[in-house]
Amino acid sequence: MEELLTEYLPILVFLGVAIGLGIVLVLAAVILGPSNPDPEKVSAYECGFNAFDDARMKFDVRFYLVSILFIIFDLEVAFLFPWAVAFQDVGLLGFWSMMVFLAVLTIGFAYEWKKGALEWE
Amino acid sequence: MGFADIAFYVFAILVVAAGLFTVMARNPVHSVLWLILAFLSSAGLFILMGAEFVAMLLVIVYVGAVAVLFLFVVMMLDVDFAALKAGMAKYMPVALLIGVVLLMQLGLVFGDWQFAETAETARQAVAPAPGETQNTSALGGLIYTQYIYLFQAAGLILLVAMIGAIVLTVRHRQDIKRQNILDQMYRDPAKSMELKDVKPGQGL
Repeated sequence: MEELLTEYLPILVFLGVAIGLGIVLVLAAVILGPSNPDPEKVSAYECGFNAFDDARMKFDVRFYLVSILFIIFDLEVAFLFPWAVAFQDVGLLGFWSMMVFLAVLTIGFAYEWKKGALEWE
Repeated sequence: MGFADIAFYVFAILVVAAGLFTVMARNPVHSVLWLILAFLSSAGLFILMGAEFVAMLLVIVYVGAVAVLFLFVVMMLDVDFAALKAGMAKYMPVALLIGVVLLMQLGLVFGDWQFAETAETARQAVAPAPGETQNTSALGGLIYTQYIYLFQAAGLILLVAMIGAIVLTVRHRQDIKRQNILDQMYRDPAKSMELKDVKPGQGL
């Protein structure tokens, strides 16, 4: 248990360095950067867009479909990792249990392919 | 107090604080960012318990996929949050009532909680203590054989989620041209192009 945590110590140090560096960079930009606010700077240039606008707009629902399908296959792959690590120990039952699991998801994949859910216009 | 204890308290405080800010933040996008911080800190807690695989899964699946989907939905949904806030006063009594009922239920459960004598032995399989084996192989030894029915049920749930998402969202528009790669490859140049000899002074 102790040696496991010692192995993770560099990551913790790295995390600390990353947070510290992030704070230093943001503060440096605030302190050192020149600041001359002017209403002209944020106004639209000729016929361009407004510099600050509302980001909320109608959005095609297919983007969600792509990301939901991504999450599902992400989870499927997550199940494969312990299986691969314990492959020597799980025996024939473990092997076929994973094969059935993959077959079920392959049915879903075939359905998705045939439905054209992977196609963009 | 060892180094691991300090790390535990830092991560635990981070989880609670980030959870609190997730609820309290006015801007929903900030809420999701706080939620991501909570996920990351709980990954740290899992590592402190020796559950490396669960921690990495939390980072990959929750931070990498679920939180990004949340961010996506929150940023892009055309919802006017100011208008939603306006109706809050109207629903406040009902929300408070539900909150109080839930709190009382939690209190009842917590007050009446007791361990059965046989609880420890009733488990189907006992995970090996951390330190004996790696977390990933310990999980792998259990999921696919001891908990095979739950594992297959997880597969079926994923299938249902996949089919449900497709049924709900896929609709093909008929009024547009699609690219058909096979059609393109089998297209015959001789049929699609023709040379015409145009006499001078005449049109086609």
